[in-house]
Amino acid sequence: MADPWLTPRSPLDDLSLPVGDKFALADMPPAARFVFRGAEAARAACSTAFGVALPKALGAAGSAGERAALWLGPDEWLLLAEGESAETVAAAIEAGLADVSHALVDVSHRQVALEVTGRDAARVLSAGCPLDLRTKSFPVGMATRTLFDKVDITLWRRGETDFRIEVWRSFSPWLAAALTEAARGAPAA
Amino acid sequence: MSQAFRVPGGVALDRARPISFTFDGVAYAGYEGDTLASALLANGVRIVGRSYKYHRPRGIVSAGPEEPNALVGVARGPGRFTPNLRATEVELTDGLVATSQNRWPSLRFDIGAISDLLAPLFGAGFYYKTFMGPNWLGPNWAWKRVYEPVVRRAAGLGTAPTAPDPDRYARYFDHCDVLVVGAGAAGLAAARAAADSGADVVLCDEAAAPGGSLLAETRATIEGRPARDWLAETLQALGAAANVRILTRTQAFGCYAQNFVGLSERLPEPALIADPTLPRERLWQMRAREVVLAAGAIERPLVFADNDRPGILLAESARRYLNLYGVKVGERVVVVTAHDSAYRAALDLASAGVAVALIADLRDEASGPLPQAARAAGIEVAVKASVHAIRGRGRIEAVRLAAHPGGMRTLACDALLMSGGWTPSVHLFSQARGKLAFDAGLEAFRPGPPVARQRSAGACNATFGLQEALAEGDAAGRAAAEAAGRSPPDPRAIPVEGAPPAAGGTLGAPLHVLGDRHARAFVDFQNDVCVKDVELAIQEGYRSIEHVKRYTTTGMATDQGKLSNMNALAIAAAVRRTSIPEVGLTTFRPPYMPVTFGAFAGPARDDLFDPARRTPIHAWAAERGAAFEDVGQWKRAWYFPRRGEGMRAAVAREGRTVRAGVGLFDASTLGKIEVVGRDAALFLERMYANAFKKLEVGRCRYGLMLTETGYLMDDGVIGRLAPDRFHVTTTTGGAARVLAQMEDYLQTEFTDLEVWLTSTTEQWATIAVQGPRARDTIAPFVEGLDLSNAAFPHMSVRDGKACGVPARVMRVSFSGELGYEINVGSAYGLDVWKALFAEAEKHGGCAYGTETMHVLRAEKGYVIVGQETDGTVTLADLGLDWAIGKAKADFVGKRSLRLAEPAREGRKQLVGLLTEDPTVVLEEGAQVTATATPPTGSSALGHITSSYPSATLGRSIALALVAGGRARVGEKLFASTAAGAVAAIVTAPCFFDPDGKRLHG
Repeated sequence: MADPWLTPRSPLDDLSLPVGDKFALADMPPAARFVFRGAEAARAACSTAFGVALPKALGAAGSAGERAALWLGPDEWLLLAEGESAETVAAAIEAGLADVSHALVDVSHRQVALEVTGRDAARVLSAGCPLDLRTKSFPVGMATRTLFDKVDITLWRRGETDFRIEVWRSFSPWLAAALTEAARGAPAA
Repeated sequence: MSQAFRVPGGVALDRARPISFTFDGVAYAGYEGDTLASALLANGVRIVGRSYKYHRPRGIVSAGPEEPNALVGVARGPGRFTPNLRATEVELTDGLVATSQNRWPSLRFDIGAISDLLAPLFGAGFYYKTFMGPNWLGPNWAWKRVYEPVVRRAAGLGTAPTAPDPDRYARYFDHCDVLVVGAGAAGLAAARAAADSGADVVLCDEAAAPGGSLLAETRATIEGRPARDWLAETLQALGAAANVRILTRTQAFGCYAQNFVGLSERLPEPALIADPTLPRERLWQMRAREVVLAAGAIERPLVFADNDRPGILLAESARRYLNLYGVKVGERVVVVTAHDSAYRAALDLASAGVAVALIADLRDEASGPLPQAARAAGIEVAVKASVHAIRGRGRIEAVRLAAHPGGMRTLACDALLMSGGWTPSVHLFSQARGKLAFDAGLEAFRPGPPVARQRSAGACNATFGLQEALAEGDAAGRAAAEAAGRSPPDPRAIPVEGAPPAAGGTLGAPLHVLGDRHARAFVDFQNDVCVKDVELAIQEGYRSIEHVKRYTTTGMATDQGKLSNMNALAIAAAVRRTSIPEVGLTTFRPPYMPVTFGAFAGPARDDLFDPARRTPIHAWAAERGAAFEDVGQWKRAWYFPRRGEGMRAAVAREGRTVRAGVGLFDASTLGKIEVVGRDAALFLERMYANAFKKLEVGRCRYGLMLTETGYLMDDGVIGRLAPDRFHVTTTTGGAARVLAQMEDYLQTEFTDLEVWLTSTTEQWATIAVQGPRARDTIAPFVEGLDLSNAAFPHMSVRDGKACGVPARVMRVSFSGELGYEINVGSAYGLDVWKALFAEAEKHGGCAYGTETMHVLRAEKGYVIVGQETDGTVTLADLGLDWAIGKAKADFVGKRSLRLAEPAREGRKQLVGLLTEDPTVVLEEGAQVTATATPPTGSSALGHITSSYPSATLGRSIALALVAGGRARVGEKLFASTAAGAVAAIVTAPCFFDPDGKRLHG
């Protein structure tokens, strides 16, 4: 029997990511992730079971401790639980929704998270993201699915100069390289 | 050569910083702040280029981006060569190396100038009329092989660089409340007003120094201060405001839908030298809520014979050279004008000690304040002027003109300043679908009501007075801020003194030039179009200006007719004896100025051009020396050559190993979709041709998805995990398409179903373990699963664990052998693969790639969507119609199957082909025919879809689509090869283990 305690690997493991006050990229630790789908009853039940109120408003994100729920559509949320086991979290949610129709699909491994920070963070993201990232249009706490150039991402603003990107794992090395390149071209803030 | 034409003054210069540069290999001196054009003029260099068609010597005409003649190539080291730059925009830097274009062997002696002597031959349409035959060598033969190569070498502008561009280019989206295009008087007033409201303002200007006409202003005061002081103070205030960004050297080159404006910013050379990692250019894709256009106006040249001689230039440009760069364009100048503004230039030049021999005004009288000031300064002014001849070839020596008083006379001069008036720059307004209105009084097209959220202010709105332009800019800025939801400040009075009104202007060619077949009176300098060319085009029946433009090429050069279009229009109108609006206006297409390919490409080159997707197991395969193939964006391991092995040997070994023992295959790229919900089974019944309702939990089915037209679209194994949950797999290339098709139906047709779809392609690393020893290979690692045939038969799926991590194990086979596909979380994929591989090696196993996978499935006759199919192949054609759920009420594509075509006799069907010579491997795509030498024009029976050497069978095999193929089993057909037709016998499309015993091993 092989070692049952395999260490999860990230596609960003061997990359050197930029650091600094102007712009920094970091590979976030593994997290349990789920796509949750369902109507209002499911949303309410899941909020209780997961311990985070699943937001109803477009672009909203709710969080509690290391757990978060990002609104992705009228009946769709991305649930994040950093540092937790997907099986445990899933079991708890399923137990709370035994009688409510819904879909809970584990996507913990489908995507990885990049933390984008620094004074130039929004400018660098705007190299590939056509959204208006000024804080008055994209305030702290907002999350949305969008594009960075050719790649689908979920973008979550956690602070004025602090973003979390969720991206499918095979795209993440390219995304990190493209962001790093965009940081080199950004004008002095 | 010393800077003989340098005079005191020149506010743009830093005289403490001399600069040396070369032009065509000759060293010159200049100062920091110079443009290449100003430095060349300071050094007395007059010929800067040869014209496009006639190779006439050409000099600098303007001081701005509208320059048609002074196009140069600038080299900045290996790979850093940019052709066709306007010398008027090239900032002088120490060591700059510039070369002229379109001359051979040199600017002064150019062989191509012979074409100037032959000019009578080269009228409009010359190429169309001349280079037509002979065609007996094939249509267009002479043009393609003889004429075009010669013409291309003789004509044209700069040479494109061939070395890779080492520079970096950046690209950003951006957003603002108010974008102000142009930082002249109107733009500055607008930006200030909008900024005072608190709006986010971006102010861009094409020049290195913002200010527009204010930069060269010497006489006017604004708000009680000299214009240049006002400029400096305003820029400083704007620069200090947190809500304002000023982008200099930034060209607004295009205005697209909803105020999406393209800006190209070039960085200054010294900054790039100081930090070579900076981008050379940035492309800003600006989405502005409101736009204020303050793009200014461009002075028009006058049309007269030999108006292209070096030394003849625009009057205001001469003023800019003097006031900005301390350069006098000549010692003794003659001014020819139809507009008061040229008098300002004459006055400034006279003050600097230049002899102004005469101001010859084309108008009947010149009585405004500026002409009066010129007379008062002792400059001779004559009216009703007409220019008749220019003496001097490489540079103007004298002008022969008629004027009142004085009559016809010849005046010696070394420069001639001309002004035909001003053309508002309405390009961006027009690109934003704004309609232009012709103002007969001003003889100009000016903006009508805007369509986009835009306002025009200042000279681009035909508001030429300084005070009026400032007021209009202030109003536009306030209105824009208000429209952007801000409270604008009160209107601001901006008093101006010392800027007397200037009026006038003329369009087209004077009567004595029209109809003169010998006059070389140029309308378009860059494309060498003369008045007589426009006249000829109209004589030959071209009426619309769009046709005249294309026939004569006027306005089609890289300057897009900035100087020439209005004159060409007026000439066309005069010849047709109609009005300018009647003749029409050509379209203003972006880009307003040439934009480099680098700016558009941005960072999208090399590795950043397109994402390369790699599986979790990729690194292992790369370490093992695998060859990879591109499948969409994916890099897939193709085969794993051992030392000294070629592809064929490696694939043969891998195939034999799988059949005899076990092989591992990375199938992670397979598309995967989790379909969940009460109606999941019903949904799959509707989406796939197969039945799914009765599929038991834990079992799999080979699913076939059709298009609405009934042809095979995608395939994959679908496993039922729970009554309401399915694991659907798709082809690698079809993953996104299948999910999109499913979502489309779910959201538009099957809204009654409660089903949710989630892509799980990248959730799972998929390791296919195939071969008689597959079970032995996985057994030590799998927990919680009974792998026996009875408990876990072929086409089953179970959730369990592998190597201690959750695993979704499917018993499926694409090789015809006993097989499992182990799905584990992608983050564990590599380690699980390594563990399984170590075990497989104990059983003599190996890793195999996509090529071996293809061979193994072809031996079994399993189809690949996209290889055996091309969007016109039905399940019946492939012999897969057994899979159709006959009892189902409906599914996507079902109705189309009832049409006549899918049931037609003689459709192409999938068959096997075995060549008579087993060593011959047919070519995929080759035609299949009934005879070795079919008659010309007859149709083929079909084509080869797959063909490989098969190690298992010890011979070549092929799959083919052949008309009525299944009825031809046993027949001898022929396949085309480069060496002639090859005989092959038709067989069933399965060459190995037709009963499928090995699957159940």
